[in-house]
Amino acid sequence: MTPIAITMMIIAILTVWGGLALALLNLKRHPEDEGALPEEHAPEL
Amino acid sequence: MSGPSSSRSAAPAKRETFSTRRLFILSAIGSAVGLGNIWRFPYIAYDNGGGAFLIPYLVALLTAGIPLLFLDYAVGHKFRGSAPLAYRRLHRVAEPLGWWQVLVCFVIAAYYAVIIAWSLMYTIFSFTEAWGDDAEGYFFGTFLNVAEAPGIGFNFVPSVFFPLLLIWTAVIIIMVAGIRKGISRANSVLLPLLVVMFLLLVVQSLFLPGAAEGLNAFFTPDWAALADPSVWAAAYGHIFFSLSVGYGIMVTYSSYLKRRTDLTGSGMVVAFSNSGFEILAGIGVFAALGFMAQAAGTGVNDVVTQGIGLAFVAFPTIVSQAPFGAVMGVLFFGSLVFAGVTSLISVLEVIVAAVQDKLGWARIKASIVVSGLVAAVSLALFPTATGLYLLDTSDAFVNSFGITLGALVTVVVLAWFLRKLPLLSAHLNRISTIKMRRAWMVLVAGVVPLALIYMVSSEFISKISTTYEGYPEWFVGLFGWGMAGGLVVLALVLTFIPWSGRSKAHHDPEYQSMVDEESEETAR
Repeated sequence: MTPIAITMMIIAILTVWGGLALALLNLKRHPEDEGALPEEHAPEL
Repeated sequence: MSGPSSSRSAAPAKRETFSTRRLFILSAIGSAVGLGNIWRFPYIAYDNGGGAFLIPYLVALLTAGIPLLFLDYAVGHKFRGSAPLAYRRLHRVAEPLGWWQVLVCFVIAAYYAVIIAWSLMYTIFSFTEAWGDDAEGYFFGTFLNVAEAPGIGFNFVPSVFFPLLLIWTAVIIIMVAGIRKGISRANSVLLPLLVVMFLLLVVQSLFLPGAAEGLNAFFTPDWAALADPSVWAAAYGHIFFSLSVGYGIMVTYSSYLKRRTDLTGSGMVVAFSNSGFEILAGIGVFAALGFMAQAAGTGVNDVVTQGIGLAFVAFPTIVSQAPFGAVMGVLFFGSLVFAGVTSLISVLEVIVAAVQDKLGWARIKASIVVSGLVAAVSLALFPTATGLYLLDTSDAFVNSFGITLGALVTVVVLAWFLRKLPLLSAHLNRISTIKMRRAWMVLVAGVVPLALIYMVSSEFISKISTTYEGYPEWFVGLFGWGMAGGLVVLALVLTFIPWSGRSKAHHDPEYQSMVDEESEETAR
């Protein structure tokens, strides 16, 4: 592969998969709020 | 709540939910990752600047794709209904938008399943190499038995009809099982399987001789392309189709989310997973094309192709020539089947959910009747000698004047006429980790409609200046223009049919309690 093609491949992988990694990290830092699910409410509410 | 409906003794069944956020994300990725990621993206990127395409692609993703995805999430999650019900709850006049999206999904589901059926057969053919040394002649002649001229006939092709029947049977079982037992479960099995299979395919492709040449062709940037507006249009167009936004799927899926779910945080994972898969597909497909070019003694530009030509002509040729070709064929066509099924069920869910809401039917009844009806249309029209012409025409017109035009009208109505973006933005911010402020509204009300206007008008000009593909005028008029226009008329008709007395549009204590609760929260 040519150096420029390799460079672009690396940049593409880093930006897109890096973006995915950041998105996953953000989600992991904010776990699901199990305490406030609609199932928890009493029927008369 | 007051009114006669509140006196009913039995409360309607609760709306099903994805049991976890993870299952929703898996299902939304399963929906977004479809045939287009595998057979469309690699070619589009190659054809529009190679490595340089990354820039317009990322810009389009961030300025149009993700904002539109959030718009769909906000509508579905806030108004907690199928597309027609959610838009109706947003505003009465918006209901036809939902029906338009439902009808677009009907058309897509009918032909999309056919391509999955072909892929299923080609998974088997990978062992037998049924195409011999003429993959193209085999596919169009022997396998599809394509007729000389477009038309409508009932000259059935059994080798397509029966696999299609099998696909529909499997899909109907998933649909009947519902959100938790059907859709969640199917996605949590098929999506990881798809990723593993595709990774193996990429690794195998990278070890083929000539792979490096293919990757050179794919990644070498043509910076001059960045000055070409058509390249930017291609990026916006691709992002838009790739993310499955604007035709009800994400509205429907997000309506099954629990109340306090991080919408934007989840959406980012979905959007970047979809793009990550596309990059992977580009690497795998171009490595394989590099091998094909080397084997044929030509340049990569001579073998490069997309869509049906890539999957059913180029790949069979590669399977015949590559070491362990059968393995490669199974991985590739199996990936198409899995990617296709997880997308097909999301398209069908839009229709099933709408019928459930409108008629107040139970899940099982609605899913059997709806999926059965789509399956019947699909089986009657497409596995025939003329099916390919119909598939090609309906795909082209439903994409341009169903999905794209529909999304444009939806965005303009929501942003400019009903002015609901502040309300939807507040909903996204109330529960999400990534906050959407004014920038989101500017993108949705400005950049997105401009990109869509450009896409719709260029499609309109190209389709009106010459008859599509040189097919007979009556054929394109009926199944292209007529179908696309018919969807709009039918959407209005469906809006005027009253909602059933048992429908959640009239009596939905679950939704009502949420509305009350949220207004209390705001008042506090």
